[in-house]
Amino acid sequence: MKDLETELMADGKLILGIESSCDETAAAVVRAGREVLSNVIYSQIDLHTVYGGVVPEIASRKHIEKINQVIKKALSDAKVSLHDIDCIAVTYGPGLVGALLVGVAEAKAISLASGIPLVGVHHIEGHICANYLEHPDLEPPFVCLVASGGHSHLVHVKGYGEYEIIARTRDDAAGEAFDKVARAIGLGYPGGPKIDAAAKSGDPDSIVFPLGKVAGSPLDFSFSGLKSAVLNYLNGCRMKGEEINVNNVAASFQKAVVTVLTEHTVGAASQLGAGTVALAGGVASNTALRESIRNECEKKGMRFFVPSPVYCTDNAAMIAAAGYYEFAAGHRSGYDLNAVPGLEIGSRAGLIC
Amino acid sequence: MKLIAIESSGMTAGVALIEDGVIKGEYNVNHLKTHSQTLLPMLDELKTLTELDMNTLDAIAVSAGPGSFTGLRIGSATAKGLGLALDIPIVEISTLEGLAYNLYGTGKVVCPIMDARRSQVYTAVYGFPDDTAFPQCIKEPCAIDIKELLAFLKNDLKEECAKRGVVFLGDGVPVYRETIDAELGAAFAHSYAKPHMCLQRAASVAALGEMYMLDGKSVNADDHAPAYLRSSQAERVGPGKFEI
Repeated sequence: MKDLETELMADGKLILGIESSCDETAAAVVRAGREVLSNVIYSQIDLHTVYGGVVPEIASRKHIEKINQVIKKALSDAKVSLHDIDCIAVTYGPGLVGALLVGVAEAKAISLASGIPLVGVHHIEGHICANYLEHPDLEPPFVCLVASGGHSHLVHVKGYGEYEIIARTRDDAAGEAFDKVARAIGLGYPGGPKIDAAAKSGDPDSIVFPLGKVAGSPLDFSFSGLKSAVLNYLNGCRMKGEEINVNNVAASFQKAVVTVLTEHTVGAASQLGAGTVALAGGVASNTALRESIRNECEKKGMRFFVPSPVYCTDNAAMIAAAGYYEFAAGHRSGYDLNAVPGLEIGSRAGLIC
Repeated sequence: MKLIAIESSGMTAGVALIEDGVIKGEYNVNHLKTHSQTLLPMLDELKTLTELDMNTLDAIAVSAGPGSFTGLRIGSATAKGLGLALDIPIVEISTLEGLAYNLYGTGKVVCPIMDARRSQVYTAVYGFPDDTAFPQCIKEPCAIDIKELLAFLKNDLKEECAKRGVVFLGDGVPVYRETIDAELGAAFAHSYAKPHMCLQRAASVAALGEMYMLDGKSVNADDHAPAYLRSSQAERVGPGKFEI
């Protein structure tokens, strides 16, 4: 009976998530790692678009200007006050160090002033936990593909808070390749959604681009060769005076990326005997990728999960979800929690217990 | 009136507690660890040693710039987080005015210089006429070439400096001491602050902060951001020329 009570108490815990690792200032309140009470995101993308990518110093400055308003809105949208919060979860890496430091310093100060426990969260583990927000039936173990502007990892989620990296990119991240190719064909920044949209009007079989393979590591990714192949193709067309069909280039490039991501993800799940596959990260909102992996999982009889697009891109609800499982496991961070820009998945460097 | 002061604009990070004109505690550290690792543990220690109930605070005073962009943001985010949780305002203290206040009462012209790299300094010029509680600002905070500052002192402020002498302080002193000696040597008497007064101190921010708070000069914690005095490199170079 007592165990049940304890469990029920843990289940109702409210986590305030804070995220500032890149160009989104975000805060959210999540109950028991699953139920989103609020999810506030202030996106700075318009400020960075003119530069063709995120400018770290501009991002950091904007975080400082917006962070209190974002946190306050997250609390008021959730109809709770700070006193109701059981734990503050904050992203402490990986990401832009100056940007991370804003959220980390803010979270630590709130924790010290209020006495609310603090736990540092890994940004990518947060992305993985975004899958818990809308899928009450999803539980570990599962294989998760994390693909974003800064990351391309295949992760074996063995349990709550238990992660093993199975494969990673050897060069560019998948999202980075989208951004670079989008820039080269004049679609601009951010590349992911723009290529996704253009590809819908293009023929994915019109141009054959190479699939990035890494010798000796069949599950690892490599996207720089693909990116170069696209650039070479574009140069070739220009030298021959041929007109470039942007939609066809977008569709063919996207197909090459999607094919590799699908094969490696479903292949890894098969190898590990995992019956469940999940997607996470900004690239997970790519419609072709979602469809491709969904189809392949269906064929193999695997269950497939992917967050709604709003939980694929950077947000704080996912940080609160990841934070909840750290909190429930008894983990805490101290007031010396620092930003760790190159934090490894599975690292618990920011925890004191 | 009770305030916590935060100073993390330069190499030194510090916190102080002031209550009705009395510094109850001050903690400054200038060592290898980052401010992110030292500032909050110092505040926690200060809170314990002074048996401070955070809910009795009236405001947070913060050294609001210029200085290291990242250092300033660590201090600002800390101040904002405290302000949010305790529902109290922030008193923004110019880092340069805080530095100058180390030397309150001196009859000399006070010239804080902070190394801003690229042969520039963050600087301002202050004085302490007999009857004013606040430092009198003679030259507003700015980022300029050290030679330009010295030219200003030699030409625009010639009589004042010749009559009263000028004292330099801040982390720009070891960087530009030779230049200053060479340029001002014959012109007029000048000196440098001693180690205990030369760098940013949280207690100075606290003392100034309490006065400004009593004077009604505070801002909502939500609206506070550092005064960098310099735009980001990307904005200076401009879109198209800045490499991401």
